[in-house]
Amino acid sequence: MSTLDLPLVLAGVMVVCLTLYVIMGGADFGGGVWDLLASGPRRHQQRALIADVISPIWEANHVWLIIVVVILFTAFPKAFSTLAVGLHIPLSLMLVGVVLRGSAFTFRAYDSRRDTVQRRWGVMFAGASTITPVLLGICAGAVASGQIGAARTGDFTALYVTPWMTPFALLTGVLTLCLFAFLAAVFLTVEAEPGALQDDFRARALWSALALGAAALALRWSAQTAAPHVSAGLTRGVLPWAVLLTTAVISVICFTALWTRRYRLARGSAVAQVTLIIWGWAFAQHPYIVPETLTIEAAAAPTVTLRLLLIALCVGTVILVPSLWYLFRVFSAGKHEKHE
Amino acid sequence: MAISLAFHIIFAVVGIGMPALMVIAEWRWTRTGDPVFLDLARRWAKGTAILFAVGAVSGTVLSFELGLLWPKFMEWAGPIIGMPFSLEGFAFFTEAIFLGIYLYGWDRISKQAHLAAGVMVAVSGAVSGIFVVIANAWMNAPTGFDVVNGLPVNIDPIAALFNDAAFEQTLHMTLAAYAATGLGVAGIHAWFVRRDPTNAFHRRALQVALIVGVPAALVQPLSGDLSARDVAKRQPVKFAAMEAHFETSGNVPFVIGGIPNAETGELQYAIKIPNALSLLMTGSASTVIPGLDAVPPEDRPPVGVVHIAFQVMVALGSYMALLSLWVVWHWVRKREFSRTPLLLMGLILGAPFGIIAVEAGWIVTEVGRQPWIVHNLIRTADAVTPVPGLIVPMVGFTLLYAFLGVVVVALLRRQIIRSPGAPMEGFETREFAVLPAKPE
Ligand code: HDD
Ligand code: HEM
Ligand code: HEM
Repeated sequence: MSTLDLPLVLAGVMVVCLTLYVIMGGADFGGGVWDLLASGPRRHQQRALIADVISPIWEANHVWLIIVVVILFTAFPKAFSTLAVGLHIPLSLMLVGVVLRGSAFTFRAYDSRRDTVQRRWGVMFAGASTITPVLLGICAGAVASGQIGAARTGDFTALYVTPWMTPFALLTGVLTLCLFAFLAAVFLTVEAEPGALQDDFRARALWSALALGAAALALRWSAQTAAPHVSAGLTRGVLPWAVLLTTAVISVICFTALWTRRYRLARGSAVAQVTLIIWGWAFAQHPYIVPETLTIEAAAAPTVTLRLLLIALCVGTVILVPSLWYLFRVFSAGKHEKHE
Repeated sequence: MAISLAFHIIFAVVGIGMPALMVIAEWRWTRTGDPVFLDLARRWAKGTAILFAVGAVSGTVLSFELGLLWPKFMEWAGPIIGMPFSLEGFAFFTEAIFLGIYLYGWDRISKQAHLAAGVMVAVSGAVSGIFVVIANAWMNAPTGFDVVNGLPVNIDPIAALFNDAAFEQTLHMTLAAYAATGLGVAGIHAWFVRRDPTNAFHRRALQVALIVGVPAALVQPLSGDLSARDVAKRQPVKFAAMEAHFETSGNVPFVIGGIPNAETGELQYAIKIPNALSLLMTGSASTVIPGLDAVPPEDRPPVGVVHIAFQVMVALGSYMALLSLWVVWHWVRKREFSRTPLLLMGLILGAPFGIIAVEAGWIVTEVGRQPWIVHNLIRTADAVTPVPGLIVPMVGFTLLYAFLGVVVVALLRRQIIRSPGAPMEGFETREFAVLPAKPE
């Protein structure tokens, strides 16, 4: 390639950031789901571990979402406005979830230790952590299905509700929830000290892996009619099949690793699995950014903007990577000695 | 959007100012070994944690709202002003990362590293504020493109970054953040010092807060004057609305207060200093200053709101500057911070003034720009989303913010304001059980 295909590169960077958001931010939401579902004799320890792990990092993890939005409106302004109009309702609801999740989590940490007070914020935090991923998934599913921007005439429902109120989009919402919960459970097996608590999260990881698998199969099946473009993209040529096969193999590895208590391996393969799912979707959707309405090319901002944005992102990365590395190092070293 | 912004700006201001206070207190602790300073840094850090979380989530709402409410504006302006927003994104990253380290790393990293993390938070907070205000300044002074058939071409994002209003606005805003936070916190602690004059904790808190707030409040009127001159050149209609100057004329008086009547074009109940505005702006009493009548009525902003908001900002700014002058004067003579009851009363009264002035200043900037969303280029009404029923999300988010506001105030009272003397509540929580690391 003599000249860089800038729109494609930036779309790629956006998918990288989205992947990072799903892996890091998604796991924080998943932690909230397990807070909601905490049960058994160790439910207090379960909640405490989740809070300990999330507290120092959730705000940094959350910034990935903001970066995705910023890239979207700078590099693909037409896509941003199309999505913001078509998905106005689920996005607004998702924002309410984002606000409630973050603030309730913080309020719980700083409010009275009394059980009733803790419980109240806990329920709000956990509830919002469960609903928000579903809404995020609905938005993603609506995009993949090619319904956004398709209906240009009609009443309020036809324009602003029907495009995302579809079985396919709802199923994507469920998948996203399972995915986040699965990631969180796998990560928590690594964070927990060996013993009963770790086993609690192992069981949760295994069950959510099964749920995730079921949701993924159902979604793949439903995509044939509901998301024809993406579905076709998943069967075109050798590459998609290779990706599909790899994902399947990695899922088996992950499940086996959990079964045999090799948690670090399980964590690595869970991350790989999620990455493949998102990139599979991105490749299948190519060349569209909003399937069958806007291509990456057509939505792209002028070249100057793209080039400068790419430079800014590179410079930012140089600052970001060491900072993030430091953050995770500070909070993973000597974890097990604390609180004793 | 205006409501989200008005809510977010409170947290943004505190998010810029508080880290500075925290870091100065911690630095004083490393220098003097006085454990009171450490206690102070820790308590302020807890307050910052609460405020930061709410600031972060309300900021997230804003970045989506730009599209949810103004899709046409973003489609138009995104490629031009996306640059400061993306740089701002990285500033958020460093701010969130180092705040995490600062809040939860007390017993995990060395003292120097901890202090450095605090400095990173303070710097990136200021930088993120600067970037977003640059984006806003561009809406007042759009540059870096040509318009052909109603669409921007020949885009130059770098020129947009260095637009004409950027310097004045970012300077004024950054100073405002330090002045509002510094004097706000000083006012709160002054209240406790007044009740309990020997309390070492509140005396030191007052001292640190004044170190941040006083210099900023002193230069703020100068920076405001710079802004006003800039507005007069760049947006004469906004300037006319600020001054409630209806008819283009010379020998314009300088007005203080008053209620403008847009129907009759009169300003009632104002104190007028003859010729002073013309003199002030140009050095000559006879210079003609364009009034609101320079443009057709549909291009005029709501003069009442703009004029009153401007008067409020200037009045509060003058109060804060005079108060600061008093503090400095006392310090120069006596080499110590004054704690005379009258000054303490003045500080207590002035505690909310900074935030009120910030809100008023933003109303001047934003409402004064109306009916344009981008000065003289795009009308706000043309940029709004086609989605109907916007009243629903507006009411919804307002209620949500009201709820969060109430909770935040309650928690802040609980966490930091409660006078040490009584043990700090919540000691049994895990994160903070290991208090205080021994000063060497
Ligand atoms: C602590 C807060 C505070 C204080 C004491 C002042 N201001 Fe201010 N002012 C702001 C906080 C603020 C602000 C909220 O930060 C604004 C809104 C937009 C901006 O950049 O700064 C602002 C805007 C603003 C503008 C409009 C700029 C524009 O539209 O581009 C002018 C002309 C002034 N100010 C002038 C003044 C003067 C003459 C003051 C004299 C005391 C003053 N301000 C005190
Ligand atoms: C943080 C303090 C701010 C406050 C309190 C504020 C408040 C307001 C107000 C009162 C209006 C006018 C509403 C009207 O009369 O129609 C407005 C307009 C607007 N402002 Fe701001 N603003 C702030 C900062 C910003 C910034 C930093 C940006 C962008 C970078 C921005 C973007 C807009 C837009 C797009 C409009 C036009 C749409 C509207 O009328 O709401 N504002 N804002
Ligand atoms: C259109 C206007 C605005 C948008 C889109 C916006 C966006 C955001 C976002 C996304 C965050 C969250 C970052 C995180 O997770 O850490 C945030 C926080 C922040 N914003 Fe804004 N913002 C706007 C206006 C402003 C203004 C006018 C300022 C003032 C100078 C400002 C200063 C800050 C600061 C300092 C933070 C850090 C969080 C805190 O300490 O509270 N923002 N903003």
